[in-house]
Amino acid sequence: MLDLVWLVPALPLAGFLILVVLGRRMGEPGAGWLATAMCGGAFVASAIVMAGLIGEQGENRRHLLTLFEWMKVGGFRVEVGFLADPLSITMALFITGIGTLIHLYSISYMHGDPKFSKFFIYMNLFVFSMLMLVLGSNMLVTFLGWEGVGACSYLLIAFWFSKDANASAGKKAFVTNRIGDWGFMCAMFLTFATVGSLDYSVVLEQAPLIAPATATAIALLLFLGACGKSAQLPLFVWLPDAMAGPTPVSALIHAATMVTAGVYLMTRVSPILTQSYDWAPSIIAWVGVITALFAATIALAQTDIKKVLAYSTVSQLGFMFLAIGSGAYVAAIFHMITHAFFKALLFLGAGSVIHGMHDEQDMRRMGNLKKYMPITAATFIVGWLAIAGVPPFAGFWSKDEILLSAYEKNPALWFVGLVTALLTAFYMSRQVFMVFFGEERWRDADHPDAPEPHESPWKMTLPLVVLAGLATMAGILNLPFGNRTHFLERWLEPVVGESEHTVTAAASAQIGLAALAVAGSLVGIAVAYRIYYQRKMEPVEPAIMAQGWKYDTSIAAFMGGPGREAFEATATFDGTVIDGAVNGVATLVRGSGVHLRKVQNGFVRTYALGVAVGVVALLAYFLSRVTF
Amino acid sequence: MSDFLRDYLTVGIFGLTGVALVGLLLGLGSLLRPTRPQPQKYINYESGVDPVGTGWGQSNVRYYIFALLFVMFDVEAVFIFPFATRVDAYGWFGLIEMGIFIVVLALGLLYAWKKKVLRWV
Amino acid sequence: MLASLWQQLSDSPVPIDSVDLAWAGLAPVMILIGGALLILAVDSLVPRRLRPGSYALATVLLAAGAMVAAVPLWQRVQDAERGPFATAAGAIMVDGFSVFATFVILSAVILAALSFDGWLRREEMDGAEPYVLMLLSASGGVMMASANDLIVMFLGLEILSIAVYVLAAMHLRKITSQEAGVKYFVLGAFSSAFFLYGIALIYGGTGSTNLVRIATYLSATVLGDSGLVLAGLALLLVGFGFKVAAAPFHFWAPDVYQGAPTPSVAWMASGVKVAGFAGLLRVFYLAFSTYRLDWQPVIFVLAVLTMLVGSVLAVVQTDVKRMLAYSSINHAGFILVAVQAATAAGVQAALFYLAAYTFMVAGSFGVIAVVSRKGDIGTSLDDYRGLSRDRPVVAFAFALLLLAQAGVPLTSGFFAKFYVITAAIEAGSSTLAIIAMITAVISSYVYLRIIVAMYGAGDDVPAPRTIPLPAAAGLALVISLTVTMSVGVFPGTLASLAERATPVLIPESDPGAVDPSGVPPGP
Repeated sequence: MLDLVWLVPALPLAGFLILVVLGRRMGEPGAGWLATAMCGGAFVASAIVMAGLIGEQGENRRHLLTLFEWMKVGGFRVEVGFLADPLSITMALFITGIGTLIHLYSISYMHGDPKFSKFFIYMNLFVFSMLMLVLGSNMLVTFLGWEGVGACSYLLIAFWFSKDANASAGKKAFVTNRIGDWGFMCAMFLTFATVGSLDYSVVLEQAPLIAPATATAIALLLFLGACGKSAQLPLFVWLPDAMAGPTPVSALIHAATMVTAGVYLMTRVSPILTQSYDWAPSIIAWVGVITALFAATIALAQTDIKKVLAYSTVSQLGFMFLAIGSGAYVAAIFHMITHAFFKALLFLGAGSVIHGMHDEQDMRRMGNLKKYMPITAATFIVGWLAIAGVPPFAGFWSKDEILLSAYEKNPALWFVGLVTALLTAFYMSRQVFMVFFGEERWRDADHPDAPEPHESPWKMTLPLVVLAGLATMAGILNLPFGNRTHFLERWLEPVVGESEHTVTAAASAQIGLAALAVAGSLVGIAVAYRIYYQRKMEPVEPAIMAQGWKYDTSIAAFMGGPGREAFEATATFDGTVIDGAVNGVATLVRGSGVHLRKVQNGFVRTYALGVAVGVVALLAYFLSRVTF
Repeated sequence: MSDFLRDYLTVGIFGLTGVALVGLLLGLGSLLRPTRPQPQKYINYESGVDPVGTGWGQSNVRYYIFALLFVMFDVEAVFIFPFATRVDAYGWFGLIEMGIFIVVLALGLLYAWKKKVLRWV
Repeated sequence: MLASLWQQLSDSPVPIDSVDLAWAGLAPVMILIGGALLILAVDSLVPRRLRPGSYALATVLLAAGAMVAAVPLWQRVQDAERGPFATAAGAIMVDGFSVFATFVILSAVILAALSFDGWLRREEMDGAEPYVLMLLSASGGVMMASANDLIVMFLGLEILSIAVYVLAAMHLRKITSQEAGVKYFVLGAFSSAFFLYGIALIYGGTGSTNLVRIATYLSATVLGDSGLVLAGLALLLVGFGFKVAAAPFHFWAPDVYQGAPTPSVAWMASGVKVAGFAGLLRVFYLAFSTYRLDWQPVIFVLAVLTMLVGSVLAVVQTDVKRMLAYSSINHAGFILVAVQAATAAGVQAALFYLAAYTFMVAGSFGVIAVVSRKGDIGTSLDDYRGLSRDRPVVAFAFALLLLAQAGVPLTSGFFAKFYVITAAIEAGSSTLAIIAMITAVISSYVYLRIIVAMYGAGDDVPAPRTIPLPAAAGLALVISLTVTMSVGVFPGTLASLAERATPVLIPESDPGAVDPSGVPPGP
């Protein structure tokens, strides 16, 4: 049963290959159904493997399947293999599960798009790469998947590349991710140099023997990689722009799965993180919580329905890194799962709204949509309550776990997290009130005959309903009522058990913290209710927040200004110092009445000068090493 | 310091003395001689005749091609003459080698001929 | 008189040392030179012009023939009983390294010849010269890769270079091509002079030009005064550095690449560089390994400079040919990183990189040759806008080749970089590895710019135009892309070939080494 793990990535790969060959012929909706079926098949396969794992106990609860030896060079050997353990299978299960729902949704959403089959080619390729990422038995296979999901993300963001902004958003995602990849690659090399292997089984077993300094370096380099992929400060700029892609893409890649790859990676290598200096996890925790706060403040003032969700994703990912940094890996994975449910739900809901509003994304032109889109509204409200942290919805449980661990790590972290949670509740309520309640605003002076919104077809609402159910119930996975109800924690124990932070706070303190968190959420909702529903208070939406604290523009300004100048300066060195010498020679020569043609000779002379300088330098160096 | 470098020390001293001497004489000359610049003095010297054109004047490219061909076929003589004096010593091996050498050169000449390089236009 | 000559030749004993030649070992070089002369003879003697494309076909067949001749050599040197051997009085070494380099050089010849065919027809200058020159130049390259003597190395270098100078200046109607040729020639002659002087100094210091004897001498003797050898090393490095376009000897490269005919550039960037690195590795890694601590830091600095120049300056270019010229400088820096490691893994990484890089770069310049217009113009970035619409397949192939150059996984470029970095880290040069990866990130921006130009949309996309794709150029593109992608997915084969391609020094006292025919050497 466990050997079936190869089927999990193989099915989407098969779907991808079939669609590459036959996609255009199958057309709409055949291509979409095939892709959905393949993704669903992968879900079933993951479930079978999971059932197999449940049958095993303790240390046996992992299975390594080696497919073939990929390359072998000297002492360096990499095999393509899959590691099925509770962590990877949990990831695979929710990737394929949510993936299937979103594939189904896309059949309807992408209806009529000229590149319909190509969209599903990319989607299946994405699911395949993501599964390689989580199931890979060594860092190189993970890296392969890592690059693969990046490439798919790039392709899908720029899917409608006839729009110029989309192409540039794709480019931004590519460049930012390359910075992160650089960190990942460095970490791999360092790991190989230290341990002599890239296999997780070897690396993690030997992790306690790695010198703390090396472990810190590896952990922080991986964290740099994670920052790129999971959109943390300072590399988060690409994610909000990535919303240029089709909405199902935003839901699947930029909310539920790919962006959580960083969290997965950090959890996977948790023993290395444990081995590093104490300040390394603190850095991660602080980066996470500051990102969470920073993105939440930006989300307060956005008017694009998807941008709010995008910044909210950045913020929630920050929470997950806060958990990682606090040593609460289970909480991180827990939040990743619940977040995948409710954020996918919110994105798909937003997609449904956009669809129903005929491609309108500005929230200022919506309102009272609950009347026209009842299913979308109801499910969206479930998602809202989940993300806001209102019990008993899923988000409350996972966020509570994170805040609890953060409190034990450092109360300051907890406090910032609490403020962020309050802000989260506020901006999400703002969105719900602006979109689904209040007055109808889609007809205004500029758009006198905007069409009436309509509810979406069943293929779009069915995933919403399923996800809403999951977003409500997912808290059951890991209830804080004693060890027995900590299902997820016991399930993941073989993977993160040794690194996991143990909660020491008394039950009363835990309840108190939870109560504070709920109170914070309710305050956030209440304030938003006053401002955006009852309209009794003036909204405070500073322009600087709407512009994302000008972070993006400052970077652009830097890269366009001083950064570019640095490049230019180097070019100018080539141009001025060398060409300057040439021009000097040229002017001299021209003084003697020679044509422009002779200037070219000047060039060669200068080049020869360069060679000569090199010769002198080399000679000087070598002769300095002469032993007499 | 090694003997090897000590030998070069002599050369170095010699060179320095030479440079110093030239500098000294030219310096003395410029101190002693009268300076009366005239445009004619700056004309290029060309065997006492008034020069035609500038120093960068171009000459027909054919000269170069002929010069090149001449050098090529002249240099081969440098190989053939010593070979001829020792032909018995090299035996068949040498003869074949020289045959290949000449064939390759002849091929070059043939090519040049075919490309009409040998015609003076 | 003839009779007496006959008598003399037949009777006389042979007092001159006769040299045993293992002809099989020299077969690839002989095929290249003989083929080049044959093409030249046919071109001169046949009165009518042959069908267009005949010379290209002949060149491809000759290169393929030389490859076939090299296959038994490879089997022979890999055979545990027979193994590598030296021939021509120890001047030529046939070992895994030289045979591997031969294969790569010959592949470059094939790709460049395929690219030349359609290009020459478009420029209306069908003739035998480019093919002859390229074959001769390749023979020089193979000689460099298998040189076991500095004089042979220099001979190979000159045969290689002089042919390439002419190839650069070949476009007679284009002034920039002439300029490129002259620049390359003048600077090349300049650097060759240094190289030759370096050989002289090393001869002065060690008493031999034979690499084996040099290595033996240096390992057995502690020089009281190493000045001559070190100065010689410095000057040799100048010569090699110039050939592979390492900073600060790179100045010629962008100008020459931009001006020279594009298929010539394909050859220059691939085959010439392979030969240069093969020579560099043979001399420095093998013969002067005792002076490793002296030359490693220099290569370190050269590698850093080269990678920085290659990546940073590429960013500000607007001409695709020039961008790729700088990027090829960056690649050279990467290979220098592998050289700097001075380990077996480093040599292997360098060979892997060279092989992968040859296909990537020859394919890329092949695309540039196709996209440019008559007169070899139209290589600016703007000319690539809308290529995905006009020639989607070519644009896609080019994008893949560029991604490979950027080192994206699943392409050969990724593993090339990966092996180099691994070798550097194993050799303890983590700093160099980090710098290398930073420059790789910088230069990936360059490749991305080209891709975005090809796939971008907007107002600045020019009107559609038809871009003819000659069949031969298409074939070259298919070959390079196939190799790039299949090596990217299954790097094991090439990696193990590169691993077995170790350069060796065989002392001359080894009796089996000089005479491979199995006949015991005479007294």
